[in-house]
Amino acid sequence: MRRIYDFHGGIYPAERKTLSNEGSIRKAAIPSQLVLPLAQHIGPTAAPAVAVGQEVRGGERLTDLSGLPLHAPTSGVIGAIEERPIPHASGMMAPCIVINCDKEDRWIELTPVEDFRRLSPDQLGRQLFEAGIAGLGGAGFPTARKLPGDSNDAIKTLIINGTECEPYITSDDALMRERADRIIAGVEILAHIARPKEILIGIEDNKPEAIAAFETALARREDMELVTFPTKYPSGGEKQLIEILTGKEVPSGGLPASIGILCQNVGTAAAVHDAIVLGRPLVSRVTTVTGESARNRGNFDVLLGTPMEDLLAQADYQPTVRQRLIMGGPMMGVTLADHRCPVIKTTNCLLVPGPGELPEPEPAQACIRCGLCAEACPARLLPQQLYWFARAQNHEQLEEHHLFDCIECGACSYVCPSHIPLVQYYRASKAAVREQKADNARADHARERFEARQERMAREAAEKEAKRAARKRAALAKAADQAADGDPIQAAIERAQARKAALAKTPGDEQAIQREKLARIETRLAKAREKLAADDGSDPAITSALEKAVATTESKLADLQTTIAGAGGTPARTDSDSETTSETENA
Amino acid sequence: MSLLVVTSPHAHGPMSTSRVMGTVLMATLPGVVALTYYFGAGVIVNIVFGGLVALLCESLALLLRKQAVKPFLKDYSALVTSTLLCIALPPYAPWWLLLVGVSFSILIAKHLYGGLGYNPFNPAMVGYVVLLISFPLQMSTWMPPLGVGESVPGLLAALQACFNPESFDAQTMATPLDLMRQNKGLLLSDLYAANPQFGAFQGVGWFAVNAAFLLGGLYLLYKGIFTWHAPVSMLLALSLCALIFYDEGSSASGGSPLFHLFSGATMFGAFFIITDPVSSAVSNRGRLVFGAMIGLLVYTIRVRGNYPDAVAFAVLIANFAAPFIDNYTQPKVYGHGKGKGGSKGSEA
Ligand code: SF4
Ligand code: SF4
Repeated sequence: MRRIYDFHGGIYPAERKTLSNEGSIRKAAIPSQLVLPLAQHIGPTAAPAVAVGQEVRGGERLTDLSGLPLHAPTSGVIGAIEERPIPHASGMMAPCIVINCDKEDRWIELTPVEDFRRLSPDQLGRQLFEAGIAGLGGAGFPTARKLPGDSNDAIKTLIINGTECEPYITSDDALMRERADRIIAGVEILAHIARPKEILIGIEDNKPEAIAAFETALARREDMELVTFPTKYPSGGEKQLIEILTGKEVPSGGLPASIGILCQNVGTAAAVHDAIVLGRPLVSRVTTVTGESARNRGNFDVLLGTPMEDLLAQADYQPTVRQRLIMGGPMMGVTLADHRCPVIKTTNCLLVPGPGELPEPEPAQACIRCGLCAEACPARLLPQQLYWFARAQNHEQLEEHHLFDCIECGACSYVCPSHIPLVQYYRASKAAVREQKADNARADHARERFEARQERMAREAAEKEAKRAARKRAALAKAADQAADGDPIQAAIERAQARKAALAKTPGDEQAIQREKLARIETRLAKAREKLAADDGSDPAITSALEKAVATTESKLADLQTTIAGAGGTPARTDSDSETTSETENA
Repeated sequence: MSLLVVTSPHAHGPMSTSRVMGTVLMATLPGVVALTYYFGAGVIVNIVFGGLVALLCESLALLLRKQAVKPFLKDYSALVTSTLLCIALPPYAPWWLLLVGVSFSILIAKHLYGGLGYNPFNPAMVGYVVLLISFPLQMSTWMPPLGVGESVPGLLAALQACFNPESFDAQTMATPLDLMRQNKGLLLSDLYAANPQFGAFQGVGWFAVNAAFLLGGLYLLYKGIFTWHAPVSMLLALSLCALIFYDEGSSASGGSPLFHLFSGATMFGAFFIITDPVSSAVSNRGRLVFGAMIGLLVYTIRVRGNYPDAVAFAVLIANFAAPFIDNYTQPKVYGHGKGKGGSKGSEA
């Protein structure tokens, strides 16, 4: 016998599976209208490739391949492509392709793969993607994206999840009881892609018929092992199932593939079979309709896009006051605000509790720190501490206490004697922490940009400064060079000084200078007289100014002549001097 | 047709706070019966009068704090506090002692700190310690248990003791823990022989009382009200200390492990006081440390300290340490650390 591991915590809520697990899977009627939200999975959505008014047949692709594609579940006419309410906790609207069904259910020619063993993992993955296969267990992750490609063989264990641990839900159970062979055929395809060393099919021991069906189907197979284990919520959580079957833990923030494990739901395996062996894209699924407000409960094979009210009507739904419509189970399911929401790829259950069946939450009381929540938490968290920090909005401590390892299973809320809606606090806190991180990232980005700008400006200033300094240095260097070579200005100054010095050294230098001055004043006087003579007297101001100039110059000349005469009698005269002097005397 | 939108989970377990508290109250029954049998009706009078005071104080505090009175009274937490305190007090305590103790527990130790869930210290033990420090005489006034004086006061005498203490002629005697602590020079066997309080086994009445509280504690464990970690670790630590220092019953001996386990408030403390979730450590590992610390302190204070029974002090000191312990004993969260190898997991 294989060793079964246990995970910490867990709870035993009333299972209530017998409400819906009798009888076989019923085919739900084709509704008059199908509403297909473009986003029924995690990841990018494809764009519509059909137009309003266009006729489509079953199996026809309705979108391009830019995201996981959608296909027409039956034949009809595209009635609209518009926003419609979709089954989501937020009650939001989202773009949907609406098909007005003609109820004739005409299909396109399907192209099955003849022998999948001849195709490579990449080719098969492509086929599964084009068939629109997403995980049918709950999250709706595109199956192809989970699979390893041609070049990768890191998967050691393929786990097929038939646990279905949420109370009430029996869709996987029904599938396993009735379509074990199809599931196993799908597992073979998945195994061909992932090439694992072992294949484990995990079923909780509260499904004896499903176990019996698999025991029969696997009777002569050595390559797949059926593992059953005690019923406990949330055994079906991917991480918990991995822990139960292998004792290993998926590292925080990592994927099962990082420890060599691939996990797929039984419903997904059946869809894989359909897509490859039948060539049939994912256009329907098995959905449980249960709860005391539905009198004709059971499992239905439903076309995707079927409005929930149509499906509920087939289960003889009698709503009561303060009716709840829960998509999923009582532990993790979300309540919907609108009956018209369509069944999508992840709709494993519609739960419509009767009055008093799932009592409305009681008002929360103070946390008495009883620790029951920590006893129940499968992630081994301390929910009471998280609650404390969530209320204080202490994001640091929240992360320190591993808020993001919470799988939102609700076990803590279930056991809390004070009826504190713990999971709600964690969801809100996760959102708040993410938001703050985004804010911080934005702020960091802005700061970085600001700092970069500051840096750039500082750099530019420094460059300018450096250039200026360089120019200055160059100029100085040039000046020094020219001084060495003989700078014309410097040379002129030197020459003048030399001349002055030479003159000063000569006896009678004083007179020589004054004679030079005299000559200059005589020239100026001559010019002034010339201008005065040329003046036509039209402007009296000019004439008087000229007269004044002549008069001043004459008086200056007279002063100078007196000075020279006073200092006269000096015999030593150069030849040039005598000439000038005679001129002066002549004048 | 409007639908009700609420978040998951939509199912809730059978537990409720009032049920937790109610179960705790239920579980004190065997102990209370044993106490009453050995010490008379004073125990009951204590509990009833203390309970009334507690409800009044709780309502008053809630009114003052402008909170809804009814839902909070219904959680029975005030009754639990007062009952635990009254069990710890000597029977036939005068009414004012009860009044002071209970109102201090509820008003100061509980509501001044923010009410249920916010009190860092166990309110019952705070009340107890306040009384012990303020009124040491009244707090050490224990009646001789049945078997020593051979009769216990009836209900009338108990009421008289409570409400007209002067007229009540109390006959008191030291408890075995007192004797043990004050032992100067007698071998334990001689001490046992010289004092009728010890009776045949660990102390007249005390053994039965402790056994009864142990029974109630096991019931709570079975009901899953708390985990085994704190009590077991406290009792182990206490036994271990006693074992190390027992030295075959010399005059310096602190008493045998059995003596410590079954005298005074040991079992009561282990299952009803240190398991108080609000003021204890939060994780299982933390509770192991918390319990061990209390066991160690109880022994040390009993044998070396100034007070004969030490549970209240030990608990309060450990309450101080609880947040610190929490900080270092966070459980290993899924996906952090363990599970890297997992070679065992792939064996068929
Ligand atoms: S179960 Fe509720 S009351 Fe108890 S510790 Fe957790 S949150 Fe507090
Ligand atoms: S919801 Fe989160 S905290 Fe609560 S039990 Fe589940 S994993 Fe633990």
